[in-house]
Amino acid sequence: MINQRSPFFNVDWILILIYLSLCTIGWFNIHAAVYDPLFPGIMDMNTNYGKQFMFIISAIILGVVILLLDSKFFSTFSPVFYGITLLLLVLVLIVGRNVGGNQAWIPIGSFRLQPSEFAKFSTCLILAHYISSTTLKMNEFKMIGICVILLLIPTSLIMLQPDTGSALTFTSLVFALYREGLSGYILVIGAILITLFVLTLVINKFLLVGIIIGLTLLVLFVFRESRRHVQPILVSIAVGIAFIFCVNFAYQNILQTHQRNRIDVILGKLDDPRGQGYNLNQSKIAIGSGGLWGKGYLQGTQTKYDFVPEQSTDFIFCTVGEEWGFVGSLVVVSLYLIMLLRIVNIAERQRASFSRIYGYGVASILFFHFFINIGMTIGLVPVIGIPLPFLSYGGSSLWSFTILLFILLKLDSNRMGVI
Amino acid sequence: MNSFFQRKYIVQGIFIAVALVLLARLFYIQVIDKSYFLSANNNVLRKVVIYPARGIILDRKGRILVQNEPVYDLMVIPREVVQFDTLEFLRLVKLDKKGFDKRLTKARNFSPYRASIFEKQLSAQTFAAFQEKLTQFQGFYVQKRSVRRYPDSIASQFFGYINEVVPSDIIKSKGYYKPGDYIGRTGVEKSYEDLLRGQRGVENQMVDAFNRPKGHFAEGAYDTLSVTGKKLISSLDRDIQILGEKLMVNKIGSIVAIEPSTGEILAFVSSPSYDPNLMVGREKGNNYMKLLRNPSNPLFIRPIMAEYPPGSIFKVINALVAQQMGRINAETRFFCPGAYYYGRRGKMGCTHAHGSLTLAQSIQFSCNTYYGNVYKQMIDRSGMRSVNAYRKWYDAVNHFGIGSKLGVDMPNEKKGLLPTAEFYTRHFKSDRWTSTYNISLSIGQGELGITPLQMANVVATVANRGYYYTPHLIRGIGEDHIVKAAYTKKNYSGVDARYYGPVIEGMFGAVNKPGGTAYPIAQIQGIEVCGKTGTVQNPHGENHSVFFAFAPRINPKIAIAVVVENAGYGAVWSAPIASLMIEQYLRGKITRPKYYTDRLYNANLLPGHKAKQKAAPRKQTDSIPKIEIKPIVPVTTKSIAPHDQST
Repeated sequence: MINQRSPFFNVDWILILIYLSLCTIGWFNIHAAVYDPLFPGIMDMNTNYGKQFMFIISAIILGVVILLLDSKFFSTFSPVFYGITLLLLVLVLIVGRNVGGNQAWIPIGSFRLQPSEFAKFSTCLILAHYISSTTLKMNEFKMIGICVILLLIPTSLIMLQPDTGSALTFTSLVFALYREGLSGYILVIGAILITLFVLTLVINKFLLVGIIIGLTLLVLFVFRESRRHVQPILVSIAVGIAFIFCVNFAYQNILQTHQRNRIDVILGKLDDPRGQGYNLNQSKIAIGSGGLWGKGYLQGTQTKYDFVPEQSTDFIFCTVGEEWGFVGSLVVVSLYLIMLLRIVNIAERQRASFSRIYGYGVASILFFHFFINIGMTIGLVPVIGIPLPFLSYGGSSLWSFTILLFILLKLDSNRMGVI
Repeated sequence: MNSFFQRKYIVQGIFIAVALVLLARLFYIQVIDKSYFLSANNNVLRKVVIYPARGIILDRKGRILVQNEPVYDLMVIPREVVQFDTLEFLRLVKLDKKGFDKRLTKARNFSPYRASIFEKQLSAQTFAAFQEKLTQFQGFYVQKRSVRRYPDSIASQFFGYINEVVPSDIIKSKGYYKPGDYIGRTGVEKSYEDLLRGQRGVENQMVDAFNRPKGHFAEGAYDTLSVTGKKLISSLDRDIQILGEKLMVNKIGSIVAIEPSTGEILAFVSSPSYDPNLMVGREKGNNYMKLLRNPSNPLFIRPIMAEYPPGSIFKVINALVAQQMGRINAETRFFCPGAYYYGRRGKMGCTHAHGSLTLAQSIQFSCNTYYGNVYKQMIDRSGMRSVNAYRKWYDAVNHFGIGSKLGVDMPNEKKGLLPTAEFYTRHFKSDRWTSTYNISLSIGQGELGITPLQMANVVATVANRGYYYTPHLIRGIGEDHIVKAAYTKKNYSGVDARYYGPVIEGMFGAVNKPGGTAYPIAQIQGIEVCGKTGTVQNPHGENHSVFFAFAPRINPKIAIAVVVENAGYGAVWSAPIASLMIEQYLRGKITRPKYYTDRLYNANLLPGHKAKQKAAPRKQTDSIPKIEIKPIVPVTTKSIAPHDQST
């Protein structure tokens, strides 16, 4: 009886609509990015937009196939997906092709597979699988340890390629863990550490330590009646100061030169618009010159004439900003925001905790890409080479995001059932 | 659902907050901060200036005097330069390694991405050799520009020259000129700069990140075409200009010929001259410095800048003014005993004891005594105080264009010198002076300064019997032959036409009648030339030879003034030169014997040149004034004045 239902029974059409809109916007912007007014030509399958068209079609087919599968399939086979992904991540280090310093691609015929993209959904699945099947509580140390290990294995393998951007993606899953009961302090501490990191790089560390000690003394003075908090405050201050001194060391010794440069550019410590800051500068020029209404489709001079590097992949948002202006940016950002909020709502309406955790995983990963990618094009975060979901050119990333999303759609369509 | 359901709102809140931060930032860089828009244009737009060809200049018969010749600026885009055979390159462009490195560094400092001029104005030959191998030198290309070319190498001071603008030009033009532009510095090039320069065009070219051209911005909607400079039709006659310059070789002086019926300048010779082509091309700077250091100062535009006492040609003016004042008429006779005696011991010598002369004869023989008397009549016997009579005389002379600028369409014109009554009052510390105090003015000596152009203008006025048109160098602009309105207006001399008769009669006699000062040396068979010689006292050396004339007597076609410095009598050098010019202009050829022309061509009258050719036997001498009063102000040759150079 169930098998006779349409694959689209009970699916969330809002999400599908947003998905299709973003794919379409992506395709037009890729077309604009590679468009050369001297050779306007018709649709050509050898160009990026021609290929992207094929990718979109195949991604949609892939999505339909996922909807046809049984929803139990994903929860049951989560460990298998995870295992295969880890295997591929090991394999890519051995037989992978090195492109631009990253050994991230496994060549299969004329086509290149990027295992790190598929690690995204398989890691979400395994996390959901583990948390939903265990009896441990999120605030238990063992539970956190196993979750961290599950995340750390793919992350480490990706770091070996090395593809820091993709590896950092997995940190976003902290939102999923938070929803499942991870202490909110973790988020606060994370935010404080990031702030301290930035402050350490921007201002003199001794001055910073002085300010922190001063503030601590002030706090202790104000709350001098209650002795209960003195000890934890002093401990955390000590940790914080230790962190500050570690930052410099790590910054100078662990980060690679280009990573350091990218951070310096963002912080304004390095002004090199022709060299290290070239990407960012050109990207800001392209987006900033769009104005309110944009220059119009195919009229963006900055993207059309190759001033922005990587403009169909990581910097695709430049084309949006330049040709469609603030209005276009607003539309795209809104679509993402609606999608993210919708996914959270969908996750919350699941009866099965597996589906809920997975839903939060999807939202976390999409959010991370959305924020980091657009943020880097406008100079809010350092340049990190990760794609903009559904918009950026590239088969692997489109497919992996499609799989990520459509598994959720499938789980959701079956939300009344039991997994 | 579990107990952490509320956390949904925290997570969604974070998503919304981040999206708002992104939007705020986007709003700032896209809508509020306009600087990115400019940066984008900077990235992609290259304004390519299309230089128009400067207007060409023709002679009065449509023959080309100034044209344009293509030259080739070698451009470089440093970023695109790749390893190449430097030696071959240096050989082709004729540079040394040091110069090469210096230029490349300069270009790189300007911009590694944009083209800058590597070497200016390659010659056609260098260009041809270079062009063949251009593909070997990536990053270099050649841009065509045009420079001036003067096919006959004549009239350099007339045309003037152009050179690159300096910062003060750019400021003065309120930014019209851009560095690297050319501007007319002197002569016609300067006074007609606005017409000659044409209109620059601008192409808004789009380039990609690699500086490759990508077509025109907005399909060329904002591009402007360059407009070639206006063609100027000058008043010069190429043939007599060439003849005049040939005649003035190795002489210092000027020839100015004017068409009396229009005021158009037919010949404008300033000697010593230089080849105008020297002021063009890569050697321009060196050539310019050489000319600047030349002691005879070829850059000095003598016809409008050199001021001389006119000498005896001034008698023509005195004769006219005295008649108009009613002090003399055609029949007035004065007796010449060989000198004019004045005051207690004053004596102004005359060449001969001419006896009793009429007005016409006084011009013909150039009698000093006669004009001493004429001047006395005007200043002392007019029924008013001398100083007031002098004021009237001053005004009358000034009406002939003496002592003020004529308004020729050329920069740097000098107004000359005509002393005012106040000048003498100041000098004599009293206004009770009389004609005896400045009697030398009667014969054009003393404190007078007249440019050759003013001389020619006076004789044109005589030819017209009472008026002149402001002399000008350009008779037509573009295809329309427009002449400025100012040049079609008659300027009256204030002397009635009937008073010119006897003067012209005398000038005719001076050339055509035995005893005339320029007879027969300036006489032309079949053409009635009317002229007057002058010899200008020069306390620094040999006297200056002056002659002015017009022809033919009826319906005059040409009025001419010739000044040859340090050449002696007017009749010896200036008169024959003027005569040849007149014949060439009216007949289109010269019919004089070879010895006559060779003497003029070959003479070297430069100061310090010892082997000075002596004059051919003369029938009649010019009036040699022996003025015993000292010139109050030694107005002699102010010719070697520092040339006003703006560069």
